[in-house]
Amino acid sequence: METFLQVKDLRIRHRSSESTERRAVDAVSFNIAPGEVLGVMGESGCGKTSIALAMLGLLPKERTQISGSIVFRGQDLIALDERSFQRIRGARISMVYQEPGVALSPFMPVGRQIAEVVHAHTDWGWKQCHTEARSMLSRVGLSSTDRIISAYPHQLSGGQLQRVVLAQALICRPALLIADEPTAALDARSQADFVALLRELNHQLNVSMLLISHTPEIQASLADRVLVMKDGQIVEQGRFEDLYWNASNPYTKTLLRHNSGAGPDVESEHALDEQLAR
Amino acid sequence: MRLGPNQHTELDWAEPLVRIERLSKRYVQGGALTRSRVIVQALNDASLTIRRGTTLGLIGESGSGKSTLARCLALLEKPSGGSIWFSGDNLTEMDSRDLLPFHRRIQLIFQDPTSALNPRLTAAEIITEPLTVQGEGTKLWRRRRALELMDQVGLSARWEQRRPLEFSGGQRQRLAIARALALEPELLILDEALSSLDLANQEMLLELLADLQAAHTLTYLHISHDLRLVSRCADEVAVMNERTIVEQKSAQELFANPGHRYTQELLAAMPSLESICLERSA
Repeated sequence: METFLQVKDLRIRHRSSESTERRAVDAVSFNIAPGEVLGVMGESGCGKTSIALAMLGLLPKERTQISGSIVFRGQDLIALDERSFQRIRGARISMVYQEPGVALSPFMPVGRQIAEVVHAHTDWGWKQCHTEARSMLSRVGLSSTDRIISAYPHQLSGGQLQRVVLAQALICRPALLIADEPTAALDARSQADFVALLRELNHQLNVSMLLISHTPEIQASLADRVLVMKDGQIVEQGRFEDLYWNASNPYTKTLLRHNSGAGPDVESEHALDEQLAR
Repeated sequence: MRLGPNQHTELDWAEPLVRIERLSKRYVQGGALTRSRVIVQALNDASLTIRRGTTLGLIGESGSGKSTLARCLALLEKPSGGSIWFSGDNLTEMDSRDLLPFHRRIQLIFQDPTSALNPRLTAAEIITEPLTVQGEGTKLWRRRRALELMDQVGLSARWEQRRPLEFSGGQRQRLAIARALALEPELLILDEALSSLDLANQEMLLELLADLQAAHTLTYLHISHDLRLVSRCADEVAVMNERTIVEQKSAQELFANPGHRYTQELLAAMPSLESICLERSA
């Protein structure tokens, strides 16, 4: 089997101002196959985002110490210099963040912000880049493309903005998409729509995904396999349903909400569960 | 003793601490640089009641007006119409001077503790900042109070010199809670305060909030788009849709018999983890 992405013995240490060191990631190894969605779960500060940033070469060099390897299509990303990373970032590996509002410039129409990404990575003219942006926008389910393409971020809803950011991330047809809590800012209805869209794009574009989310429903609907992390280490990994039915680790059980007995029993929650089961 | 959520089976005994009546808020967009001025109706005739010592959950889509309501109630925005009654006083009829004491009785906690906490201050300084601003007590007393509050929210006193970024997400939100409690408020507004936390941390913080509620007879307005979270902590739930409150009921009644069509839609959109796993295993 072709190794598409192989992370081996990854260790990341952060140095903060007071010369204290914090181990963010400790001896983490995993693989991602082409087209696979790998979910990462764990509490805030467990190292999920550090792994994502290391894959994109976005950890501040002077304040972090990285060892191990992240081999992406035969190339070790840890050894890569900034110039080579610029060719990969946004084109081969791209990322969608939690807050779409922060990721976009408030001063530029969103269509142009999507076109700029293609422009930076190809030798295409602006006109072609805009055409591509338009077709990507309709792919991510924004049907009134003309209105959206010339809109500024503040004129769009949270759900629309998250789709714009997704279009921006996918426009160069990356092989790997890193999604860091992509639905955290969305309400239940838009969340379900966005998850369905990610699943569809995963199939259509055959893009692999590293899906960081602490919401079990989202991992269950999207991830082929899940890593459970705690304090920088992998506690357990496997297919979501296997972990759900037979998790051995109590921590995994809490995270997957399969907490028979853990936490207080609440009548309203039972009422909600009965409602959902209908 | 842990009171726990949903223990108030008879809610009528609890007197209302907050009564919001037909509250409206309009913003004027545009002006200086654009030719067109647009009036945005952010809140339209919204009414709800929060009973003393209980938790009211507020659910609804993003952009439905939840945060505008929270900001009006926290006195950060001036409503355009309607009234906010707080323990017998009509806040919407008061001038800013008369409102001063209410700023300490009502505290707001935001979703993202990282941006709400000054990264340059130590934990103890962050907690005592509101006391310093209000000119309360001596420096020594304030420090003692900070340590006492850290203990109450489950942060070790050894960490008083740490800065926000040296804490984990859950610890940072504890820090924000400790700061909010420094002025001994009666009402705590939690605006998606637990949304960025994983389930293990959420569960621990829900427990902490329940303990604090029991110990200090605190009243909570807990705003969240996470229905399950709300079902685990709220005595009553109000549902917001298109800038107004469409229904308010006891939590159990609401989840068992969602009355409004919008509430039914919200529940229908929520996936059941067990059914997804059953499907995956098949």
